[in-house]
Amino acid sequence: MTMRRALSRMANPQLLALVGVLLINWILFPNFFRITWQDGRLFGSVIDVLNRGAPVAILAIGMVGVIATKGVDLSVGAVMAVAGAVAATLVVAGYPAPVAVVAALLVGLLCGLWNGFLVAVLDIQPIVATLVLMVAGRGIAQLITEGFIVTFNDPLLVFIGTGSLLGLPMATVIAIAMLVLVTLLVRKTAIGLFIEAVGVNRAAATLAGIRSRMLLMLVYGLSGLCAAVAGLIVAGDIRGADANNAGLWLELDAILAVVIGGTSLLGGRFSVPLAVVGALIIQAMNTGILVSGFPPEFNLIVKAALIFLVLIIQSPLATRVVVVKRPVREAGK
Amino acid sequence: MNRSLRPLVATAVIFAIAYALSILQFPGLFSTRVLGNFLTDNAFLGIAAVGMTFVILSGGIDLSVGAVIGFTGVLVAVLISWAGWHPLAAFAMALASAAAFGGLMGLAVHYLQVPAFIVTLAGMFLARGGASVITRDSIPVSHEFYDWISSLIIRLPGGGRLSFIGLLMVAIFVVGALVAHRTKFGSYVYALGGNSVSASLMGVPVARTTVGVYMLSSMLAALAGIVFSLYTSAGYPLAAVGVELDAISAVVIGGTLLTGGYGFVLGTFIGVMLLGLVQTYIIFDGTLSSWWTKIVIGALLFLFIVLQRLIFAASVRGEKAS
Repeated sequence: MTMRRALSRMANPQLLALVGVLLINWILFPNFFRITWQDGRLFGSVIDVLNRGAPVAILAIGMVGVIATKGVDLSVGAVMAVAGAVAATLVVAGYPAPVAVVAALLVGLLCGLWNGFLVAVLDIQPIVATLVLMVAGRGIAQLITEGFIVTFNDPLLVFIGTGSLLGLPMATVIAIAMLVLVTLLVRKTAIGLFIEAVGVNRAAATLAGIRSRMLLMLVYGLSGLCAAVAGLIVAGDIRGADANNAGLWLELDAILAVVIGGTSLLGGRFSVPLAVVGALIIQAMNTGILVSGFPPEFNLIVKAALIFLVLIIQSPLATRVVVVKRPVREAGK
Repeated sequence: MNRSLRPLVATAVIFAIAYALSILQFPGLFSTRVLGNFLTDNAFLGIAAVGMTFVILSGGIDLSVGAVIGFTGVLVAVLISWAGWHPLAAFAMALASAAAFGGLMGLAVHYLQVPAFIVTLAGMFLARGGASVITRDSIPVSHEFYDWISSLIIRLPGGGRLSFIGLLMVAIFVVGALVAHRTKFGSYVYALGGNSVSASLMGVPVARTTVGVYMLSSMLAALAGIVFSLYTSAGYPLAAVGVELDAISAVVIGGTLLTGGYGFVLGTFIGVMLLGLVQTYIIFDGTLSSWWTKIVIGALLFLFIVLQRLIFAASVRGEKAS
């Protein structure tokens, strides 16, 4: 029974899609799976997918909870820019790197809690509430960096962006750690259940005794924190904080990753690991388009096609078709 | 005073106060020249915002507006400069393809029953990607017709000039207001945004109205793209990135409720003018950097959202009391 369940879990559409994309990449680019060991770390296209996909994967880890409560967080890209700007400016001003990192994480958390406050306490729709910070956030980031791209050479910040641990890129290690932590948090405690309850029906959940305001604050706070982590990685990667371009449009990729991961946009059903798989699918497509020599502009069109595909699969129309078919299969067993 | 007009009045009062304060600081702001430029510089944003108003009134959102503006600019430039079409034929082609594009998004929103923002997000990727695949460079447009249109100017006393595109925006706002408040389609849109279930029970053709709303929004975005092309005489695939956010901000600042079913096209006009004022003020000041624009727009957005909540909480209480 557990074997079969494990097998059927392996065979879910997201993992199959990821395998499919990787295979296409392999056909287009035979060296795709070649991994080499150099200077104490792994190199190869697959490792590149894991490394480049990490920021979106981390954003997606935070976004899952938000979308599961029937919300959306449009501000994560801007929060990335703010967090990067805070860390870079503090380091350049002479503060020790750990202080800068903690300050950036706190600022991200604060941004998330601000969104949570608007959504939970002032009852503003999530898409509007987070739009405020999406518009203003980049302005704030530019205010912090005074309009310049603040560059730094601090070893700790650079290590977060480009270092490696056990042969894996640091960004990947951080993403895996956050995935494990958040999955344990939502699946080994009741929090995941509460999130699903609030997502299905907030009023009913509140009546059932769930402190939905606290929960929403927590969920948006986590999203802000994840955005700050991603912001630190991106800033460390380019050794600078670019208020204009850091995390630009990444909120859309993060939402897409969560949707591909099968989390319902109508709330109530979510999966953190599958959202990360979604992020990897997106990155594998990006890398595939790059290595196979197509212009990167095709990315956007492929992404659009992918969204429509997922939407059609998730839609009530498709469910109706499947429901009609299912009894036949049950009877055959 | 009619309670439902309160947010509109609030927006108008805030614009008047902001403008008056700006004039006190920079008397030069009060001239026909500045007012004329207000209209010209914000023409494409205003036209796109009219479409966005309809979408938001119907309870949806359209994130593809900026991308459609960019795509239209490229398409028009390619058809005129490379294929040698007459601009009017190119404009017709752009409007027709935008109508088909918006119609498809409307169909997806209605029949797949998914949130509008995700469908229009896919639309945004599609339009932006399509434009970038056609060309990655800026394509200049030079045609007698373009010169003729930019020569259509009404000169005002005081050195101001009303351009064709500025007047076109005003005309679109007038027509938009008439459609919203005086036609069957307009009342369907309000009904849909108020409550789509009751609307369909009352016999509102929900599918047709939804498709119509997104079609209208994409066509107005294409018109905005045409205006942008007239304004810059070029087509660039990355033009007008993020205009959808400005348009949404203008609609919200103009007092339209983002949950749908309530708002005014005229409010959006004031919203666009307020955004224009922020930009003009920052240019006049000279010492403030352009990033202040974003912070001020964000702050205004926040202010108006909270204001809306307070006014609506008060009016619900008032209705209960009476």
